[in-house]
Amino acid sequence: MVSGASSNIFVGKLKDILEYSIEEPLNYLVNWGRLYALWPVHLETACCSVEWGAVSGPRYDIERWGMLAAFGSLRQCDVLVILGTVNRKMAPRVRMIYDQMPEPKYVIAMGACAVSGGLYFDSYSVLQGVDKIIPVDIYLSGCPPRPEQLIEALIMLQNKIRISKIS
Amino acid sequence: MVETSNTESTLIEREQKLAADLKSRFGDVLEITIKSKRIKIKVKSERLLDIANYINNELGFDHSTSVSGVDYPNSKEFEVVYHLSTYGREDFRDIVIAFSTRISRDEPKTLSLINIWPSVEYSERETFEMFGIIFEGHPKLEKLLLPEDWNDIPPLRKDFKPPGR
Amino acid sequence: MSKLSLSVGPQHPGSGHMRIILTLSGDYIIEAIPDPGYVHRGEEKLAEYRNYIQNIPHLERPVVLDATGAIFPYVLAVEDLMNIIVPERAQFIRVIMAELNRIISHLYYMAIYGIFMGHSTMFMWPVGDREVFIDLANTIAGQRVTYAFLVPGGVRNDMPEKVKEQADKACNYFEKRLIEYEHIFMNNPLFEKRTKGVGILPKQDAIRLGVVGPTLRASGIKSDVRKDDTYSIYNQLDFEIPVSNACDSWSRAWIHMEEMRQSMSIIKQCLKRIPTGPVKLNLKQIKVPPGESYSRVEAARGSLSYYLISDGGKVPYRVRIMTPSFRNLITIPYIMKGVMLADMPPTYWGIDYWPVEADR
Repeated sequence: MVSGASSNIFVGKLKDILEYSIEEPLNYLVNWGRLYALWPVHLETACCSVEWGAVSGPRYDIERWGMLAAFGSLRQCDVLVILGTVNRKMAPRVRMIYDQMPEPKYVIAMGACAVSGGLYFDSYSVLQGVDKIIPVDIYLSGCPPRPEQLIEALIMLQNKIRISKIS
Repeated sequence: MVETSNTESTLIEREQKLAADLKSRFGDVLEITIKSKRIKIKVKSERLLDIANYINNELGFDHSTSVSGVDYPNSKEFEVVYHLSTYGREDFRDIVIAFSTRISRDEPKTLSLINIWPSVEYSERETFEMFGIIFEGHPKLEKLLLPEDWNDIPPLRKDFKPPGR
Repeated sequence: MSKLSLSVGPQHPGSGHMRIILTLSGDYIIEAIPDPGYVHRGEEKLAEYRNYIQNIPHLERPVVLDATGAIFPYVLAVEDLMNIIVPERAQFIRVIMAELNRIISHLYYMAIYGIFMGHSTMFMWPVGDREVFIDLANTIAGQRVTYAFLVPGGVRNDMPEKVKEQADKACNYFEKRLIEYEHIFMNNPLFEKRTKGVGILPKQDAIRLGVVGPTLRASGIKSDVRKDDTYSIYNQLDFEIPVSNACDSWSRAWIHMEEMRQSMSIIKQCLKRIPTGPVKLNLKQIKVPPGESYSRVEAARGSLSYYLISDGGKVPYRVRIMTPSFRNLITIPYIMKGVMLADMPPTYWGIDYWPVEADR
């Protein structure tokens, strides 16, 4: 009754049913939980950190979009926001901070200096873009970017998380 | 700003008196230039400590605002400039003295003035790492701002070209 | 009691990158050694490869909160070498922008002071009130944070008409808010317990170490570059210098609050007396003759000075920047002795140290 060909079809259909009924809703549920509760580590380097302060304030309020500036320990944070220039003395420490965060983790590079060196393209001491040492998810350019652009970067990151697979 | 020669001479009266005082004490070791509220004194390195002590104790210039190094590769010299100001003497508070000395570029060494003006501690360290000038008598002459593993020539010299230029 | 060496490392939120190596005995600090350099970008070298106008947006970036205070001495030095006189209306607009930047910088200081004490209301209120003044700066200069507004010969553009009304509204609103800040923060018993008598810098040490800014005035020395070595039109204006003899962290915060009041009074006086006229000289090109110039200005954190050497070419020969944070760095081993570890962040922030400015 159960021959070789029909058992293959049976296993294939079972996989489809399981995927449709369990894996997709589970993906949706876990990603929903992650994207509205992002805790950032902010590397308050330079000029862009002033706009970070403004965006956590009462007028631009990034907390209503899901990012709470919790000032907690690194071991319970998801997002690393690089706010400005990273130079050669600081680069090993940035790598250490990135390694200390648990998975899943995301990186936003904010400002022209973090994206590609920016205004300091010929400096002897500035790293030309932070993606030389850590993988970056969202690039946000500007010098400094306005607070509304930072909120747009957060929404793009949330869209990216929403369609990702958790396996 | 120069209006008439009458007001110009009263504008720089105090500076002229200070310059005359120093010239009468130390003679030809000094070379002085005067502008309104700014005096520049160039000193030969043998009498550096004596003149610095006199400016601190007798004239009352009690702290240094900055230490700068300047590179003159054409005449093979470095110039070390100390800018001095005062809080104690209220009638001299707007005057700034630029106290400078020239040293050779191949063997850059000079005496540290940290025992006279303690405020030069971090500025002398920065001039050391940016130009390679050694200040004898400084308690901790190490890197301050550059990365710990810097192994190129000191970056503010004129023969150091920035990467990409 | 055995000693413990603790490295308060380069990454800490709220302040910027700067490491302090502490030696503790129990709960008390016995030695503190600063370790700057984590934001060093090489500004002095880069300034020798850009011409006099290209340097302006570039030299604003270290002192980003007080951008006008960073560029003011640079344009004064260039104008001194070129021997030109700036029109009156431009001088009044420069002073208005400088005092506005002083208020904006001091509000950020109060906000971060609140966060370091754990008082999150004191973070939200100043950051929100700061937006009122940033909007005013936006109306005058066209940008939120870094303006590139001052040029040798004047300012870039004229102010629009509605600035006077907007400034009156902002100052009236903020004067009432300052009284509320005093109620919740300055007279708060916890804040007083943690900062009164902590972080003492005696008067003799302050003179010997050459400190500047509110740290100097909190140690009993009445000195301010706007009165001592006056520049622009400050000798025509009427304002006071707050001074305190207590030499501790509480009085440094108090001086910041009083200076904001004086700045609002200066802005109102300038808007009443500003004349009409051109706002910049029509210079065909910036040609700087050879020479040296030293100029200084009272920026928000203290006295900022430039030593500019020109050899007659298109680019400067040497630009030496001396910022107030670098001059106040020397006080850290002195004020931290005997302080409890939990009180270290407010003591450190009290001297208004901004790491980007100190490292340039």
